[in-house]
Amino acid sequence: MTTEWYIVLSALLFATGASGVLIRRSPVVILLCLELMLNAGNLALIAFSRMVGNEEGQVFALIVMVVAACEVVVGLGLIVAIFRRRLPLNVDDLRELRG
Amino acid sequence: MEEVVFFVAALGALGGAIAVIALRNPFYSVLALVVHLFSLAALFLLLQAEFAAAAQIVVYAGAVMVLYVFVVAYVGGVEEPTWEPIPGQRLLAPLLGLALFVELSIAVLGSSLAALGTGGPEVEAGFGTPEAIGRLLLEKFLVPFEAASLLLLLATVGAVVLAARRKKAGAAA
Repeated sequence: MTTEWYIVLSALLFATGASGVLIRRSPVVILLCLELMLNAGNLALIAFSRMVGNEEGQVFALIVMVVAACEVVVGLGLIVAIFRRRLPLNVDDLRELRG
Repeated sequence: MEEVVFFVAALGALGGAIAVIALRNPFYSVLALVVHLFSLAALFLLLQAEFAAAAQIVVYAGAVMVLYVFVVAYVGGVEEPTWEPIPGQRLLAPLLGLALFVELSIAVLGSSLAALGTGGPEVEAGFGTPEAIGRLLLEKFLVPFEAASLLLLLATVGAVVLAARRKKAGAAA
């Protein structure tokens, strides 16, 4: 398979994740859609790493996984905190910071 | 053979991604993401990124997804209202996603990178093994590696502070 296929698949997955962020209202599912986009980026990084014949892109993808894990931990902590305060778990209702 | 594996894994990844955004129950969305992650690990194996594939399954499909399942079980299935704050949001968003895909495809395929149409150069047998990645991480990329571990520690402490149960209103978190 040529690199183009992987890159086009990665673009398709990224667009899916971006539409998910636009459609969904639940913060948990929005975090899942962020995962989709980060994973699409990882796929592109690893495909380009294979194309160049150099493993440094894979190291980059591993660091992206670490950052994604941190983002998940903090995001889920926020969701638990929101739930404990009996606030609605809906990003449209959480608009206190809006001017 | 390679083509068959690629298309099966690509269908799994894409189907999982669409199921994540289409299923109404967050619990099913998490399970769909697990399917997506396993398919991506198969694609990583096709690209000879063995260590990245193993990390994908162990870290993502293992640890991170368990975290998601726990939080979804704790929070409970929250039904999303069908009311739309922006009229036509459900129709507009996929159109914007499609526009993004077309734009990304034009940007990549129009970049006239000559190597895009090839499968990449022949690589030696040790490409992408834990040994090769470990050498890179501990020799060339030692500072990013340590920064990543520090970031993980900070995120853990932050999550504990955020989600800890407050004992009294005035007490420290």
